[in-house]
Amino acid sequence: MTAVGSKCRTCRQPAIIDLPRHNANFCAEHFLELCRRQVTKAIEQFDLLERDDKILVAVSGGKDSLAVWDLLIELGYQADGLYVGLGIGEYSDISGQYAQRFADERGLTLITISLRGEYGYDIPTASKATRRVPCSACGLSKRHLFDKAALDGGYTALVTGHNLDDEAAVLLGNTIRWEIDYLARQLPKLEARDGFPKKVKPLVRLTEREMAAWCVVRGIDYLVDECPMAAGNRHLGHKETLNAIEAQSPGTKAAFYLNFLERMAPLLADHHRHDQEALGTCNTCGSPTSGEVCAFCRLVETASAHEPVPVELVTRGRR
Amino acid sequence: MKVLLRNPTREIEIDGRRRVHALLTELGLNRESHLVIRNGTLVPGDGELHADDTIEIRPVISGGA
Repeated sequence: MTAVGSKCRTCRQPAIIDLPRHNANFCAEHFLELCRRQVTKAIEQFDLLERDDKILVAVSGGKDSLAVWDLLIELGYQADGLYVGLGIGEYSDISGQYAQRFADERGLTLITISLRGEYGYDIPTASKATRRVPCSACGLSKRHLFDKAALDGGYTALVTGHNLDDEAAVLLGNTIRWEIDYLARQLPKLEARDGFPKKVKPLVRLTEREMAAWCVVRGIDYLVDECPMAAGNRHLGHKETLNAIEAQSPGTKAAFYLNFLERMAPLLADHHRHDQEALGTCNTCGSPTSGEVCAFCRLVETASAHEPVPVELVTRGRR
Repeated sequence: MKVLLRNPTREIEIDGRRRVHALLTELGLNRESHLVIRNGTLVPGDGELHADDTIEIRPVISGGA
């Protein structure tokens, strides 16, 4: 029942995956080797990690975060995980179970934070209370808690599972609107500075399909279902657009993002440095902010005062 | 063959055999955003799917920004 026809580019054994952007097919062993090589190349090319970095991986229970954790451990790095319980109904309950099972099966350390338990709100409630789209309240909460956990735990690098598709889709959105501030800091590494840990994205040379395939080949169980609050968001639309182009012209996503890093990001470097100046500290939590109270503390104050909102009430009626 | 689809999760029946690419095209699915899995193993684009196979077509796109 093996595939007819296609053979691994490296060993000529039957292939398990076709990668049009490499104009090649690969068997399981050599596909995994390609992924390891791409992560190693990203780490070296963008100077992401040192061998003695104490790494915290932001883990969602989805394919990318579990894959990057798996890859870093395989490549010999020391990495703990951090899971934030977002309170998005059953979706969050199940995603937390996937993250915990992954850690338990490998004897890895997973730190868990519950938004509802520790800050008195969840994402559906935050969305309703602030009238922000759910992904906005979610991103704000995660960024703050990831940074805080990394600094409090003495970690020297915060790793996220952002892949090539994620970065290309954000780049498309920022380019369409010429969001120069965002473009200037859309880098695979943000250096540590006051109140922020070093943040790195080792998967930027690998696509979403390759990361899902990594998990299948490695036998990693992950939450396949989409977040019920993300359905129909703009980011997903940009991914679909890019994949439509990719299907016609394989390699487009990699060229778009990696050539941006090589050719455009250096031109924006001065803007990035300027953008990093002049942050004060939050009167409530001490985190960096341009105002008196940071956006996270304002969110907590508003959302925790609101009665809990079930996820169904927020997903219903979205685009 | 039995085909498991996601988002929402559902099962459909397809008559006869197909190559993976042909099945994805027939269902209007982009090969860049899906994997085809049979018995826990990936099947490449030119892999042949048999009439008695049970397969999963797994979307790989997630929406967190």
